[in-house]
Amino acid sequence: MSDQLSQPAKGAPERTASDMSPTTRQVTAGLARRYAAEKRFRLYGMFAIAASLAFLALLLISIVSKGLPAFTQTYMQLDVPLELETLGIDQQTVDGLLDGSISTQAIRRANFNGAIRQGMRERFPEVEGRSATRALYKLVSSGAEFDLAARVMDDPSVLGNRLTLWLPSDDEIGALVKQRADLSAPDTLVTRLDDQAIAWGAELKDAGDFDVRFNTTFFKNGDSREPELAGIRAALVGSAYTLLITFVLSFPIAVAAAIYLEEFAPKNRWTDLVEVNINNLAAVPSIVFGLLGLAVFINFFHLPRSAPVVGGIVLSLMTLPTIIISSRAALKSVPPSIREAARGLGASDLQVVFHHVLPLAMPGILTGTIIGLAQALGETAPLLMIGMVAFIVDIPQGVTDSATVLPVQVYLWADSPERAFTEKTSAAIMVLLAFLIAMNALAVMLRKRFERRW
Amino acid sequence: MSTSQLLIIALVLAALAFFAGRARAWAVAGESGGIRSLHSLPIHHGAMVALWCLLPALVVIVGWKLIEPAYISAVVADTVPAEVSAKGRQNVSLYRNEVENLAADGDVSDVTDEGKRLLGERLIAQRSSSRIALSLLVIAIALGGAAFAYRKIAVPMRARHSVEGAVRFLLVSSASIAILTTLGIVLSVLFESMRFFQQVNFVEFVTGTSWSPQTAIRADQIGSSGSFGAIPLFTGTLLISAIALLVAVPFGLMSAIYLAEYASPRVRNIAKPLLEILAGIPTVVYGFFAALTVAPAMRDFGQMIGLSVSSESALAAGMVMGIMIIPFVSSLSDDVITAVPQAMRDGSYALGSTQSETVRKVVIPAALPGIVGGVLLAASRAIGETMIVVMAAGLAANLTANPLEAVTTVTVQIVTLLTGDQEFDSAKTLAAFALGLMLFVVTLVLNVVALYVVRRYREQYE
Repeated sequence: MSDQLSQPAKGAPERTASDMSPTTRQVTAGLARRYAAEKRFRLYGMFAIAASLAFLALLLISIVSKGLPAFTQTYMQLDVPLELETLGIDQQTVDGLLDGSISTQAIRRANFNGAIRQGMRERFPEVEGRSATRALYKLVSSGAEFDLAARVMDDPSVLGNRLTLWLPSDDEIGALVKQRADLSAPDTLVTRLDDQAIAWGAELKDAGDFDVRFNTTFFKNGDSREPELAGIRAALVGSAYTLLITFVLSFPIAVAAAIYLEEFAPKNRWTDLVEVNINNLAAVPSIVFGLLGLAVFINFFHLPRSAPVVGGIVLSLMTLPTIIISSRAALKSVPPSIREAARGLGASDLQVVFHHVLPLAMPGILTGTIIGLAQALGETAPLLMIGMVAFIVDIPQGVTDSATVLPVQVYLWADSPERAFTEKTSAAIMVLLAFLIAMNALAVMLRKRFERRW
Repeated sequence: MSTSQLLIIALVLAALAFFAGRARAWAVAGESGGIRSLHSLPIHHGAMVALWCLLPALVVIVGWKLIEPAYISAVVADTVPAEVSAKGRQNVSLYRNEVENLAADGDVSDVTDEGKRLLGERLIAQRSSSRIALSLLVIAIALGGAAFAYRKIAVPMRARHSVEGAVRFLLVSSASIAILTTLGIVLSVLFESMRFFQQVNFVEFVTGTSWSPQTAIRADQIGSSGSFGAIPLFTGTLLISAIALLVAVPFGLMSAIYLAEYASPRVRNIAKPLLEILAGIPTVVYGFFAALTVAPAMRDFGQMIGLSVSSESALAAGMVMGIMIIPFVSSLSDDVITAVPQAMRDGSYALGSTQSETVRKVVIPAALPGIVGGVLLAASRAIGETMIVVMAAGLAANLTANPLEAVTTVTVQIVTLLTGDQEFDSAKTLAAFALGLMLFVVTLVLNVVALYVVRRYREQYE
């Protein structure tokens, strides 16, 4: 249609101005301008879409490019002398460990850090002076001692010998190695390390003592002040608990409410009030739900702060309208003939709904529920209000433990000054987005697979 | 037994009651000529017995838990040492709290203070006897209820009616939770705000131009007594929201027009879901993007052309927020544009207008109420948006209209006031609720107007 309109009809005989009526002449004179305007208008539209999608692409690319390095971790190879004296373990304990009479837990607190430092000193024997050696120690991650401890506790027979193993390196030098930066030219690098430390790094690199591996710590640890030790496990578990509570509360209530409003509610003031309320709640800013949670559940009912149970309650109040609205749509799409047939066979009102209408509407209801839960998974602001911003190192064990969730973890890390945390933040966002994509894909699949067109 | 164990026992008893009741119904039916003689199905009888078993027990548990704390504190009141109770109620409750914490693990034998240990022991003793009494009562009531209903099972028994009545009650109460939620929001925010306005004058709050909520922690401290003039917050919120709408409305509206009027079905099917992705990205992600990518880029660009742009500029936060609400504007406008009857377009084409002229002079005016409604919804969204501004906008309350400077917003202040260490009664934390009240009222008005406009518009063409 647009093509016909924007092009003058082909094959029409050329007419000169003299045989046109004044009106036609006026129209013809303005045509070029109007066609140009038409073209411009259409370009604006295309530009608007292209620009919006470009924003989206920019956002995703910037996050992925920042976050990818966090999925790897630089390790450095070190020969560690496990002298009993440095470790602070006596021979008796070693014998006990070897014959199994002493639990390996007994050496958990041994001075493994000292052993690592000794190893570093031996690796760079030329380093002297307090500040220089301290800078040298900083090349190894402060979490390396736990790796070493785990290795020794696995096999106590190495005590007293030397052990060559790969230890996580500090985030600054690790980032340089990951970027494949040229360590021999320290002036070109953007880093907080001084030239001396870079020179040590270069020496290790030339010896092949650096290795970049997949970062399992990121998925195994809770939060930490040290970027190379910080992980998202605690936040993931917290998110899982919170979502579980949200689902358990919001799904049955929302479905019951939708059934009532769609199938049973009489047309009266009360029903109108409920409907207006649901529509308004869907548009109330999420932070207001946080205020509700703080005032009612924490200060009035004295539920524990920072706990997934409160977060789940608040988020389920927030997602209720979403699920109710989509469940009502799903119930509405079941044709009346189903209801009439069931009634004709003598089913009661409730039997009609629970035996016939509800199972047919289930795919639509589940789709709406998943989309509502995906929203809840990405929500941050109300959880800040109820104190889920704590610094959580331990993995929460239940719904009343202090916990944080993935988006809040993102918020917390985004505030940290260390550069490596920017990386972690982006990586956590990637994990969050992956979950959201998976949930939405599941919803789309459910709809495609089970939705019936009547 | 703990409450959760008690709940599980009640549930198990209810399940057993269900099977017993169903079996009994079958038996009754067998005696009187088969299942067809029963008024209700055996399942209904079973469910009725289970309900009689479970509901009274639940009521007792909830009621007991509501009364228990008051009862126990009345009983142990005489154990509180006289010198503590002489100092007034506040002191008693402080003392009680301390002992509660000591007694939380169920053992106070290691407490050295004589008075505290005695009180703790009495608390623990009272608790455990209360628990035992409740357990016995609940089990007795559950069994009694079940037995009562079990004995009622008979051929003419209208079990289905009672069960369906209970289910209907459940449905109605679920639907009413929406009203309870709204009520809860209004009451909690209103209540705390009223306490705030007892300390701070309402007029000063809505007209004052200086915002520094730091109140003195001790009475004898000098200086920072806190000033609660919220005008800078309101202007900051408006500035950022206005920038967001300046981005979102043109882009969203033009995208909607293109998708609805020009795009081929294939382009539409690809572009529309892609645009919707923008709405599905969590706001904390936008906040991160604004704070770490857009804001520094703007500051550097400003430096390049000789402008001083704050690294927490309103422009960066507003722009990113605008991107976030593009899909709102576009999908709402898309809906209303496609709802404009084709006959109106055809009429316009027949008069010789081009497609863009039709859109501008016929379709948009016809869809305008719906579009305005969508923009209002987007505005309410922008005003209530939290994470982007928390991460990318400033904390200092500047009264300025310059988008290159840092401003703060209502939502940012709510978050800063309520996170971190807080004392719940201070004007500082209560101020957050007053701001929350403002936010709730403004967004509510915007939403109601928008929904009204949209509904009126829909009715016009249906």
